[in-house]
Amino acid sequence: MMLAKRADGFGLGAIAVASVCLVALGAGWFDGPLNALVVLVLVSVVLGVALIAAVGGPEARRLLAPYGLMKPGLLWMALFFLAPVWSLVRISLSTKESRFSVQYDFTWAFENYTRAFSDFGGQFQRAFLYSAIATVLTIAIGYPVAYVIAFRGGRFKNILLGLVVIPFFTSYLIRTIAWSTILADQGPIVSVLRTFGLVGVFEFLQIMENGKLLNTPAAVIGGLTYNFLPFMLLPIYVSLEKIDPNLVNAAMDLYSSPTEAFRKVVFPLSMPGVFAGTLLTFIPAAGDFVNAQFLGNPNTTMIGNSIQDQFLRQNNYPVASAMSTVLMVGITALVLIYTRFFGTEELA
Amino acid sequence: MNSLRSRIARTGLNVFAGIGLVYLFMPIFFIVLFSFNKPKGNFNIVWQEFTFDNWLSPFSQPSLTSALWTSLQISAVATVISTIFGSMIALALSRRSFKGSGVINLLLVLPLTTPEIVLGSSLATLFLGQTFVSFGFVTIVIAHVMFQVSFVALTVRARIRGFDWTLENAAADLGATPWRTFRLVTFPLVLPGVLAAALLAFALSIDDFIITFFNSGTTVTFPLQIYGAARVRIPPQINVLASLVLFASVALLVIGTVRGQRVQAARASGRKRPK
Repeated sequence: MMLAKRADGFGLGAIAVASVCLVALGAGWFDGPLNALVVLVLVSVVLGVALIAAVGGPEARRLLAPYGLMKPGLLWMALFFLAPVWSLVRISLSTKESRFSVQYDFTWAFENYTRAFSDFGGQFQRAFLYSAIATVLTIAIGYPVAYVIAFRGGRFKNILLGLVVIPFFTSYLIRTIAWSTILADQGPIVSVLRTFGLVGVFEFLQIMENGKLLNTPAAVIGGLTYNFLPFMLLPIYVSLEKIDPNLVNAAMDLYSSPTEAFRKVVFPLSMPGVFAGTLLTFIPAAGDFVNAQFLGNPNTTMIGNSIQDQFLRQNNYPVASAMSTVLMVGITALVLIYTRFFGTEELA
Repeated sequence: MNSLRSRIARTGLNVFAGIGLVYLFMPIFFIVLFSFNKPKGNFNIVWQEFTFDNWLSPFSQPSLTSALWTSLQISAVATVISTIFGSMIALALSRRSFKGSGVINLLLVLPLTTPEIVLGSSLATLFLGQTFVSFGFVTIVIAHVMFQVSFVALTVRARIRGFDWTLENAAADLGATPWRTFRLVTFPLVLPGVLAAALLAFALSIDDFIITFFNSGTTVTFPLQIYGAARVRIPPQINVLASLVLFASVALLVIGTVRGQRVQAARASGRKRPK
């Protein structure tokens, strides 16, 4: 009976201890014989809970069952999500002897961070600026489309929603490459603009540069907008779809204009969708390097391009890790601030 | 006057939504169109002439086909593992609330609020420093399971929220063993949610590029093959395979919708659900 009362403590404690052990092993906190001790603790914790469940009777088993169910998934995340974050920060503060060496010495090397900011400051700025603009554009395009489907879709609602999702069944890379074909100098858009003599107007609007549409900042932002549009549209649709049409009717009965009814009733109720959509769009867009690579030029690279280049081509793991860490911390800070101001109780 | 204005506004909004749909389909139209192109040179980006050749030989590019096969294998393995782990977490979280569930929720949401490039590069730093596994099939599967588990757990949990768990007690009261209860009561109840989550996880895995890119070693998945090819040569077979995937998913969607409507109709008329 004592065991049953403390089942929560045992179950949760075992997961916590086992997770810490796995992070320690994965991130290399200790070396040599101490690692063996960590493995021993890990095994004994897991076996210990199993033993408690075995001798504790059906009540203890019932209470411990959820922890057993969660264990494989959570320990996987501890080893392959938490431990990597630790080792990322560790390598970002390390130096290595030569360019091709895989040996690092942890030396509190903050110069990696100074280099990340001094050499790649522009990429950081562009990453946050481009993804912020793209997020605003996805709201501008996604909200009206979601609104029409939710309130005027009628019995075609599901088909229209399917039509929105279908383009994203093709590969992300192929879609982006297809955009580079569409925006190319010989592509349809540029030739239409040339025929109607609109190139000058688009250059004035800073959308085109030197008569080109591809390889401009506008193309990169356009690609980001396109590729992350469903992540904005679908959450907005879900929150609009939940709104009771009678609320709008009530507002109209009370002599509010359609605009007012939208502003005071529909829009506030759809805010959770906009909130979730903003996170789901901004976060992946800020770390993206595919759009900047296929649709941009060397002056439109984002921080993702630099991390990828430093990590996989230059093998400069410390600086690449420093940039990754800054990106992670920056986005977490922005998300926290944003949640504070606009937050709803639930994220996903 | 007022009604005319509101009618114009209404039509304007509908037209905007229509343009939005066209915008969504623009690259898709080009992908399908250029699968019928006969490209001159290495890049399939300028329209030359119409041909069925690419469609008659979709698997004529061995590197492309083998990359697709590798991707299917990786996604299948990763989806099975993550669906099991994620559904177990969802089941545990939806039964009762307990201390620490807040921390676990946070741990589940964190991978979704971390950019892929951070997930990919940090996992690569974990694998760099050790000698147990080398970059390749296994590390890609590990990476995919890592981000899939969150999606599966959150999707399944959302789908099974509000279920009547006393049904399990009823089964136990009637003398069913825990295993029998699971097999005959719990499993059929959660199955639709689990299948939906598995489909989502598979779709995320097979199209993943950024995380895979950092953890692939010399293994080449379908997205990695396209990325590599895009610098040197884009064979039209890429468009054919992409169009095939597209048509197959549209067919699945149509079948699913029609079947769903039939099930609803059957339920409404009180008949048994068609198998």
